[in-house]
Amino acid sequence: MEATAEGQQHPISIYLKIWILLFVLSTLSYLVDVMGFESYLRWGLILIFMFLKAGFIVAIFMHMAWERLALAYAILCPPLCLLVLIGLMAIEAEYTFFTRLLFFSQ
Amino acid sequence: MSDIGSTTGAVLAEGMPGIVDDWSADKEAFHVPWGKAMMWIFLLSDTFIFSCFLTSYMNVRMSTTVPWPNPSEVFALTIFGTHMPLILIAIMTFILITSSGTMAMAVNFGYRKDRVKTAVLMLATAAFGVSFVGMQAFEWTKLIEDGVRPWGNPFGADQFGATFFMITGFHGLHVTGGVIYLGIIAFKVYRGDYDKSNNYEAVEIAGLYWHFVDLVWVFIFAFFYLW
Repeated sequence: MEATAEGQQHPISIYLKIWILLFVLSTLSYLVDVMGFESYLRWGLILIFMFLKAGFIVAIFMHMAWERLALAYAILCPPLCLLVLIGLMAIEAEYTFFTRLLFFSQ
Repeated sequence: MSDIGSTTGAVLAEGMPGIVDDWSADKEAFHVPWGKAMMWIFLLSDTFIFSCFLTSYMNVRMSTTVPWPNPSEVFALTIFGTHMPLILIAIMTFILITSSGTMAMAVNFGYRKDRVKTAVLMLATAAFGVSFVGMQAFEWTKLIEDGVRPWGNPFGADQFGATFFMITGFHGLHVTGGVIYLGIIAFKVYRGDYDKSNNYEAVEIAGLYWHFVDLVWVFIFAFFYLW
């Protein structure tokens, strides 16, 4: 496959395949709700389908798979900082939750 | 994957040595058109904005002592007497994915210098975007009629309304902006601007933005509607 400075040109068939795949993955994630899965099975499936969909969109539709690593790392690594934010906010939420439980039970 | 010719025509290294070369040499780091690099950096900043919204949503949902409303029921519709959970959101998801598909095709035909097909596919993408925003307006109307407000709702935790209107509203704003953006670029494609400059990269850059809007929806769908 050719990825040149002039642009990204790839066979149409790969877009069609990813398109169909995204449809299937969306249907599966919708089925998670319809089937009424609960707890860790539900969350696990939701996350798996979500990351698969996001990965295919970024890699194929947005052509990240064919970009040079200097660009890919510059764009894909900084969002990892968000894991710190998510972790801190989760700890903070737990704390707020327990203080509320204590306060409201008085 | 083949080597990319730099502006000097020299062959660039791949993999880790390529990163070191691109970042350390006294020259441009990204061997892409500047518009594309800037769009990627804008999308990176937008990622942080949406992540802040979703993280604050996680925070209020975890910390509330009142049960969270069940999105499966809140967003259920009764169509022809059949009760269907989350059906409108599922349709909106499929519409956005379809629009992403037509956009990818538009980018492809752009690089084949097929002026008319590119413009038509971009307009089709924009039309799907309009129908998405229309459904969102319908959804908002229904929820507001049901009594959902940013400060409270009849289904459960008060924070539900605040996060719902903020997150979906900001996403809807992005879709609306994208429709206008696509319309402008499609018009320029049809007028032949990019044939004159022999450069269709504007279509790919618009495509990056549109795919990002779809990408954000993937996360909203998973965390807000399904979780």
